[in-house]
Amino acid sequence: MEALILTIIATSIPLLLAATGELIAEKSGILNLGVEGMMLSGAVGALGAVLWLENPYYGIIAGALSGVLMASIFSVFTINFMTNQVATGLGLTIFATGLTGLAGAPLVGKTIPSLPKIEIFLLSDIPLIGSILFKQDFVAYLSIAIIIFISFFLKYSKSGIILRAVGDDHQSAHSVGYPVKKIRWYATCFGGMCAGIGGAYIPLVLTPHWSEGMTAGRGWIALALVVFASWIPWRIIVGALIFGGITIAQLVGQARGWPIPSQLLSMMPYIATIIALTMISGRLSKNNSVVPSSLGKPFFGGQ
Amino acid sequence: MITFIPRDKVSKNWIIIAPILSIVFTIFFGLLIFAFLGYNPLETLYQIFVSPFSRIDRISDILVKACPLIIIGTGLMLCFKSNVWNIGAEGQFIMGALLAGFIALSFPNIETKFFLLITILAGFVGGALWAFIPAILKTKLNVNEILVSLMLVYVAMLFIDFIVRGPLRDPMSFGFPLSKPYPEGALINKIPFPGIGFLGQLHYGILFVFLLVPFSWIFVNKTLGGFKINVLGSAPQAAKFAGFKQNSITITVLLLSGGLAGVAGVIEVSANIGQLQPEVSFGYGFTAIIVAFLGRLSPIGIFFAGIIIATVKLGADNAQMTMGIPKVVTGLFEGILLFFLLTGETLQKYKIKWSEGKK
Repeated sequence: MEALILTIIATSIPLLLAATGELIAEKSGILNLGVEGMMLSGAVGALGAVLWLENPYYGIIAGALSGVLMASIFSVFTINFMTNQVATGLGLTIFATGLTGLAGAPLVGKTIPSLPKIEIFLLSDIPLIGSILFKQDFVAYLSIAIIIFISFFLKYSKSGIILRAVGDDHQSAHSVGYPVKKIRWYATCFGGMCAGIGGAYIPLVLTPHWSEGMTAGRGWIALALVVFASWIPWRIIVGALIFGGITIAQLVGQARGWPIPSQLLSMMPYIATIIALTMISGRLSKNNSVVPSSLGKPFFGGQ
Repeated sequence: MITFIPRDKVSKNWIIIAPILSIVFTIFFGLLIFAFLGYNPLETLYQIFVSPFSRIDRISDILVKACPLIIIGTGLMLCFKSNVWNIGAEGQFIMGALLAGFIALSFPNIETKFFLLITILAGFVGGALWAFIPAILKTKLNVNEILVSLMLVYVAMLFIDFIVRGPLRDPMSFGFPLSKPYPEGALINKIPFPGIGFLGQLHYGILFVFLLVPFSWIFVNKTLGGFKINVLGSAPQAAKFAGFKQNSITITVLLLSGGLAGVAGVIEVSANIGQLQPEVSFGYGFTAIIVAFLGRLSPIGIFFAGIIIATVKLGADNAQMTMGIPKVVTGLFEGILLFFLLTGETLQKYKIKWSEGKK
């Protein structure tokens, strides 16, 4: 049971991180469909760094940097050259799939050491809860810290309120004197960093070697999670755990030989995503205020 | 610092210049990345862009490879023009191929080629039904079609895998995940050329492309339906005032693009594979997105874009064989190409002005 919960948590962390990063980008009005690509880059960056420097912690840094690099490419085109965000995001994922395939080719067949668990003094001795909550790896703690930080940042900090203003009405934010493009650059790069770390987590903890397209649609599920969470940070935790749970449930089902074909079980996370989106979207269309109003619209002003 | 100043009207020159410049820039940056990763850039350039033209049978293989890309790209054009983001053509392709395959395998002794009309129709229906899911969810419940159509790609891939390893598996396949071979009536033959024989894999399916391109040109430019799609995409407000029903346009373009992707699936399997197997598509549905944009969302442009991208795909195959470069590298070129094409679109509407000093 305990092992099962731990696996579910581990599976949900990449989703959690990527979705949190995307949430910030979307709050600033940027819809980045390149999450899958940024996660892939994070994964390959982490693998390369760990193989080279032989320390899993460098993998986290490399993953973050790879994600930021990809987000910067996206930002140059969408924010500075005002290209269509949907198409550019797709392009980023296609680009990163090719780039990581190329960069990952020499890494095939090599295995990296996994990220160590950090036990928190005394707390980790509490039965059950201790080993689930206080015997996690660095990234797990980090992702919770990021969610808590983001929640307060968006709600109570001045910068957070400016960020939301830029996402809700970039024209007004601009006329009041806020640097719309700069703020969006920062938000997108933060999103890239989170997606990169989320991607890095996959080789660092889940499967310790490279395979092409190893993120397997997690970036897209993360995008769906943002909608599912109605742009409210803590809800991402709930959503990510549900998806982690579904992913693990189908794996357990396959291992235990449930009388359902394995392929149909493997469909579950994707079908669940569609169902979740459907349930949430119906409600969202009645209550439009949670969706950032300038989401996906290019900002032409600011000459 | 660079600033953009709106043009009075869309620059005609840029419409032609932008795709050409984009290709030049893409090759430049692609080679830079290759050099950075330690591959010989000139040999890569030769393998990817020149070697596909080195023999006549290779040139005809470009057409074969371009065939599904052009068919799917034409369907996606309708979607993208009306701001509907169907990125699940890969899944619609698979479901089209699968439904047609099911029909084909249900008539194991059929020989007449008229049967192809039925399987192609089945492919259209299969693809359209798969696209109907995002269409109905989008129009009735406002569910994002990007995510739904993409999730359905994964579902379709797993579904065909299940079908080919399960219900439709040929008991005589020695454990391989393959269906029975298609009957003669469901196969698309290669085109024999008098005196030469076959040119590579060139098959009759290509005729569909030569029908589709002019037909879609007429549809987009000369019919009310095409006009509505254009207006909806370029001036949604105007479309609203004109009373165009956005929902019915959304459903129509999704059904058409899903259906065309399905037809592409049928042609691909009937001409090149001849039976169902777990992998039938090799990413055509995703590549066609690039084809649609490179073709500037116009039918004739998409025809040439399909040829260009097919060349790169075949070139990447060659590069994999001769230089050991992974085939997915085409994605690298496609991604960069898309970035520059989209930038070109901005430059059509805006002039660049270089200003010095303050940022």
